[in-house]
Amino acid sequence: MTRRATVLLVVLAGLALVGPWLAPYDAGRAFRGFVHAPPMIPRPSRGLGVYPLVLEDRVAQRFVEDRTRTLGLPWREQEEPVFLLGADRDGRDVLSRTLSGARLSIGVGLVSVLGATLLGSLLGAWAASRGGWWDEAVMRSADFLLVLPVIYVVLVLRAMLPLVLAPSSVFALMAVIFTAVGWPFVARGVRALVAREREREYVLAARSLGAGPWRILWRHLLPACAGHVTVQASLLLPAFILAEATLSYVGLGFPDPLPSWGRMLADAGNVNNLAHFPWTLVPAGAIFLVTFATNAALQARGEDRIRFPEQEVASS
Amino acid sequence: MLTFCLRRALMATLLVLGVASGALVLTRLAPGDGVGEGRLLDPVERAAERARLGLDRPLAEQYVRWLAGTVRLDFGESVLYSRPVSDMVGERALNTAILAVAALALATLLGIPLGIYTGTHPSGAGAAVVRGASTFLLSLPPLVGSLVLLLVATRTGWLASGGMTSVGGAATWVAWVRDVLAHLPVPALALALPLGATLERLQSQALAEAVREPFVHATRARGVPARQVLARHAWPASLGPVLAVYGVMIGSLFSGSFVVEVVTAWPGLGRLMFDALRARDLYLVAGTAAAGAACLAAGTLAADLVHARLDPRVRERRRP
Repeated sequence: MTRRATVLLVVLAGLALVGPWLAPYDAGRAFRGFVHAPPMIPRPSRGLGVYPLVLEDRVAQRFVEDRTRTLGLPWREQEEPVFLLGADRDGRDVLSRTLSGARLSIGVGLVSVLGATLLGSLLGAWAASRGGWWDEAVMRSADFLLVLPVIYVVLVLRAMLPLVLAPSSVFALMAVIFTAVGWPFVARGVRALVAREREREYVLAARSLGAGPWRILWRHLLPACAGHVTVQASLLLPAFILAEATLSYVGLGFPDPLPSWGRMLADAGNVNNLAHFPWTLVPAGAIFLVTFATNAALQARGEDRIRFPEQEVASS
Repeated sequence: MLTFCLRRALMATLLVLGVASGALVLTRLAPGDGVGEGRLLDPVERAAERARLGLDRPLAEQYVRWLAGTVRLDFGESVLYSRPVSDMVGERALNTAILAVAALALATLLGIPLGIYTGTHPSGAGAAVVRGASTFLLSLPPLVGSLVLLLVATRTGWLASGGMTSVGGAATWVAWVRDVLAHLPVPALALALPLGATLERLQSQALAEAVREPFVHATRARGVPARQVLARHAWPASLGPVLAVYGVMIGSLFSGSFVVEVVTAWPGLGRLMFDALRARDLYLVAGTAAAGAACLAAGTLAADLVHARLDPRVRERRRP
């Protein structure tokens, strides 16, 4: 289970990295005359070519296919644009935006996961080895954060700062906020594991060989928590991606020209748009796929795991 | 049992107070104060309004005043709407409660029976279908789910989409209830489907484990009919992990309900808190946070009490 979770994290990181390169067009490029153009479907009979679209009714934004000609797939240089997943309200390619958005949406999630696992492991291990009052303080605050609905904590922390920020600040800010709400999920389990493992013989052996507390923690105790931390990390990733989407959806995340998945959904979520241009919901599909992949990766053969991180912590 | 209740009540009070204070202080630290939002005020009027609302005081003094008011159940006045916070929070909390209770009931009614079915017929075709559907729905967060359901509703016209009531309002009580019921399915389903899938999976695993227990075999061996063994012995024994997850679910119900309220324009507490946060409406933020925390604490407490009533081991265990 741990191995599959690791593979998943690496694959998603790769996707965030190469996503924008796979996009056929620049994410911000608006094609005039193709506002809300519907998806163009590759026809196997035409060598996977697509029929070009002709605007029939500008007011209703209705397009018809020109069946006399075919265009190649959008990665090829050609006169007219090809929208495999349709175009949005500015005539921007939804496929390109979704692929480019992977970098922002998955990127923010991965950076936050890294932060949350690091902070959580350190605080959990520290609480377990320090014990006493510190242990109590760290774990009580972790419990307090775990009780609260995550999205509200994120909202209050985000709303504390100026509502309009530069994109790079938004990225950093989201990562910090998600780290701040995500660490308890890791810390609880790490604390329990470290508290159990440090009573084991191999730790005693290391200590009697003269290893210092930091060496024992780093070489022996934290590796013992690796499995738990990996599982938590892959549970937190879809949660953070969703949190980004929610923040951007309500207008507290990435600002407009940026193609984050939540930002794209904010345009799609309007009831009028939704009924007529359902292809703008593609980013929702992307979020679903990431969540689904995580659930599938964490589902060991024969037994199914349930998604609540609290349960994961409790059972490890 | 009494100490258990008292301890939990104390924890709940601390939670409500902590959350509301935290929200108040954090919002106060944010730039802007929401005075004059939506209307033009000259500097003198602005200063007078700030003084009337106590916004010109230092943070500590303002906090103590607010706390003193809160004890007397006076939560202050909304800067944005110029209405007492308690009135606004009350009506919105009711709307959220309607949504949350409907979603929880739907999730239970869908998840538990299906879980019992798949837990007792693990190798059938029907169980495979249910299991597949659950795995699918588990990955459908409320944001995605509500958008998809909204799409279905607008395309087909089967379900009312957007808002809690139709434009124009209803003339009578009965008409209002019918109107709300017509608008309820989209948001309630968006919330309930992933939760129902969770319950189905949990119930299925727990029951599959329970029927393998020796006491179930012993009861069968004594000649008790299979149906009765299931209803009286195996199922109650499997309820532990299922009930335990209800306490956790209340939290995700709240998180999910914010998203669903925003997407489907359901006028609930989450939406109100969001508007208040954006407008830096200090007392309204604190009031909604307090109400939310109170609902959360009440929900968790109710879940725990039911759980403790059915499982004596829980009563003694220390809970966060």
